[in-house]
Amino acid sequence: MESRKEDARRMVSVTINGEMRQGLAEPRTLLAYFIRETLGLTGTHVGCDTTSCGACTVLFDGEPVKSCTVLAVQADQHQIDTVEGLETDNVLHPLQQAFWDNHGLQCGFCTPGMLMTSVALLQKNPHPTESEIRHGISGNLCRCTGYVNIVKAITDASHKMQKEPAEV
Amino acid sequence: MAIEATETRPLGKAIKRKEDPRLVRGQGRYLDDIVLPGMLYMALARSPYAHARIKEIRLDQAYQVPGVKAILTGADLEKMNLSWMPTLAGDRQMVLATGKVLFQYQEVAAVVAESRAAAEDAVQLIEIDYEPLAPVVDPYAALKADAPLLREDRDQKDNHIFHWEVGDRKATDDALASSPVVVKEFIRMPRVHPAPVEPCGCIADYQKATGKLTWYVTSQAPHAHRTVLALVSGLPEHMIHVISPDIGGGFGNKVPVYPGYVCSVVMSLQLGRPVKWVETRTENIATTNFARDYHMTAEIGATQEGIVTALKVATIADHGAFDAAADPSKFPAGLFSIVTGSYDFPVAFAEVDGVYTNKAPGGVAYRCSFRVTEASYLIERVMNTLALKLNLDPAEIRRRNFIRPEQFPYQSPLGWTYDSGNYDATLNEALKLVDYEQLRKQQAERRAGGELVGIGISTFTEIVGAGPSNTFDILGIKMFDSCEIRIHPTGKAIARLGTRHQGQGHETTFAQVIADELGMTAADVLIEEGDTDTAPYGLGTYASRSTPTAGGAAALAARRIRQKAIQIAAHLLEVSPDDVEWNGEKFAAKGLESRAVGMSEVALAAYTNLPEGMEPGLEATYYYDPPNLTFPNGAYVAMVAIDRGTGEVKVERFVAVDDCGTVINPMVVDGQVHGGLTEGFGIAFMQEIAYDEDGNNLAPNFMEYLVPTAVEAPHWETGRTVTPSPHHPIGAKGVGESPNVGSPAAFVNAVVDALSPYGVTNVEIPLFPWKVWNVLKELGLTQ
Repeated sequence: MESRKEDARRMVSVTINGEMRQGLAEPRTLLAYFIRETLGLTGTHVGCDTTSCGACTVLFDGEPVKSCTVLAVQADQHQIDTVEGLETDNVLHPLQQAFWDNHGLQCGFCTPGMLMTSVALLQKNPHPTESEIRHGISGNLCRCTGYVNIVKAITDASHKMQKEPAEV
Repeated sequence: MAIEATETRPLGKAIKRKEDPRLVRGQGRYLDDIVLPGMLYMALARSPYAHARIKEIRLDQAYQVPGVKAILTGADLEKMNLSWMPTLAGDRQMVLATGKVLFQYQEVAAVVAESRAAAEDAVQLIEIDYEPLAPVVDPYAALKADAPLLREDRDQKDNHIFHWEVGDRKATDDALASSPVVVKEFIRMPRVHPAPVEPCGCIADYQKATGKLTWYVTSQAPHAHRTVLALVSGLPEHMIHVISPDIGGGFGNKVPVYPGYVCSVVMSLQLGRPVKWVETRTENIATTNFARDYHMTAEIGATQEGIVTALKVATIADHGAFDAAADPSKFPAGLFSIVTGSYDFPVAFAEVDGVYTNKAPGGVAYRCSFRVTEASYLIERVMNTLALKLNLDPAEIRRRNFIRPEQFPYQSPLGWTYDSGNYDATLNEALKLVDYEQLRKQQAERRAGGELVGIGISTFTEIVGAGPSNTFDILGIKMFDSCEIRIHPTGKAIARLGTRHQGQGHETTFAQVIADELGMTAADVLIEEGDTDTAPYGLGTYASRSTPTAGGAAALAARRIRQKAIQIAAHLLEVSPDDVEWNGEKFAAKGLESRAVGMSEVALAAYTNLPEGMEPGLEATYYYDPPNLTFPNGAYVAMVAIDRGTGEVKVERFVAVDDCGTVINPMVVDGQVHGGLTEGFGIAFMQEIAYDEDGNNLAPNFMEYLVPTAVEAPHWETGRTVTPSPHHPIGAKGVGESPNVGSPAAFVNAVVDALSPYGVTNVEIPLFPWKVWNVLKELGLTQ
């Protein structure tokens, strides 16, 4: 058993938040744990290990994926974006700012995954309706907010990102 | 729109949360984010059976897994006298099973290894031989004389845990016998689980060189956990440092002490290395504290006019394999005696019998102040039945029976003194917001068109803020809470409290309370919780107690600072302290309003320029023992439509008017209400931990245990009335749990209202579409 595992580890290289990083991973290592434990980026959270809660959502070549259901080796030579990459030059991403402004988070545990899903949502659909937002984030569970202010925050960000006045 | 934390006079304002900048960046520090040098990982082997005798445990294979450092079984713990631990309810619970297992997924062995994966690999290779025994799943079956005995360790040789009763049985029976109208209903609140998105976990870090144990743990009550750990482990309490880092939601799930916690501590003590244990989602849902599982029968007596005369309640409480409820010690059924609700019952009687079954142990107060949800659901449901019986509007039956404003402080027949309330005003506000008359008209029109449309009302009263030390303790420790404030020379402050927030916003709201008392801004006050080496002792955050207890301590500690500050201000203003007054922002010389100094000048003087003989420094600690509990209330109105084809219930409107007394931060209060309503919705429509007849947990993950997503969650409309608590230092009552306590009955009353023309008075939650469809089918209403 020992030899199997030792031999099986292989180097995985990813471009994460624009930076080339690499680390060893067992074939069974999940991307979520590779990001958190090997690369040390703990903003990506694990809430269920079963693709249900969405706390581990990251962008994989721009597409939102639940990183607890992707193997680290699958990410080799791919581009990953996590919550840590949203801020630029000490300025929060409009979605981060909108979540703060609109009380779109409470305990904050689901927030990184919720933000990454929202980033992908607004990239595909810059002007989502409330229903589109609710369906768009339905793979991400939040137990604190009841989603009201998350929906509000995403709407607010969508307006700001289009440089339109936000609805009150 | 929210405002910045630099706002002056912050109390009552929608200040943006101070905790958010780190959380939106993914820079929160949750338990599993912490990595210590040399850290090992623990995983648990668990029973596949609900009830079975353990014949043999073989570890040889498991020890062959590379990286395994140690494996612990119940037999090892027995030698240390640690195979059982006390529960907060005064029962005891197995840490690792010895003899037999009593519920599916029960902890049987613990493996510690160099990696998470190695620990899990080894768990798979532990061989355990079981002899399955007949499981007892139904609490009523557990009470039968021929039921298998579950707890062989007890002197008492049956499955009955406790009988608890309150009120006047005879007077209640007499009043019911002579009441012209009596309604009776059996109401079940099924087993649910709080399921915060972050599971439970801990890191035990015992340093042999110093003899100190640092214990990082997802704890809503870090000080209480330190004391419990000292009592269980025998370690001196000052050598235990509990750190509760950022917590990803609690809802009561993170109040108890769990077997995994004890095992990781034991392992760290043995190995001298940090040991991390983090639950999987299945471990969280299937083993850590559930809630409810209350089976309640209620009778209400009334006059023909609908004036209530008596309430009688009998309840069977299923606690699972161990009574691991986290209730105040004198209250085995929690604060269930709030069951008379918002109504002026002349007499009442309630009894609760606790029962063991082969299910996971508990139960905890899930977003609830100890069985208040059960009580509120029951009374709000049965008042609805009374309204149906008398053909009265559900708003009218409530109005006729509300405790009136002039009756406060109100003595309830089950022993509580309600502090304040204006129930008519709260209900009227809700009816106005929802436009009740119009809603009833719409309902009539749509019914005429063949639609199944219902309107439900819930006008609940909660009891929170446990609690006054004459009544409330946990294992003897009084349920006060505390705050320590230090003002630094430059006029900034740090405040530490005995509570531990999990998303409630304490870093902002308690800063607002303190800043408002001291003429500062919330930005100037750093709030710190969760570190037992620095924070004053307190009983933690659950049961909506933080604002009623620690919030009171915060205000009173700040006022203590002001008492000293006024002396220093007098010195600076060169007047007598009697001639200084606090104008809400500054200390001013009486009659000379232009001569005033603020907290920043006073703070500097406290370290640089003191009156002769005064002790330097500016800090205060307050341990606040509340004189009474607080009694938030609310009026909720739901409108639902039932799909005749699928049985799906759509919540079309929901108006929630809460009265939580003084509001510290309206944005945070609304957020708490949104979240609580959504959990109440989940409880009414989706969430249930069901078991099959063999005791298999049928919902041990988020694919079977359904919690609301953004798609199911209804749109919430909120409103408020403000009736301050007369005894709380700032008049605040607490709000985190009201919406979860009050909303399930509103949903179910609405569904019953939709079906009441067909004779329905009760439906059992959760109202899955298939269940509602079955009801429709029986009534011949399916399409």
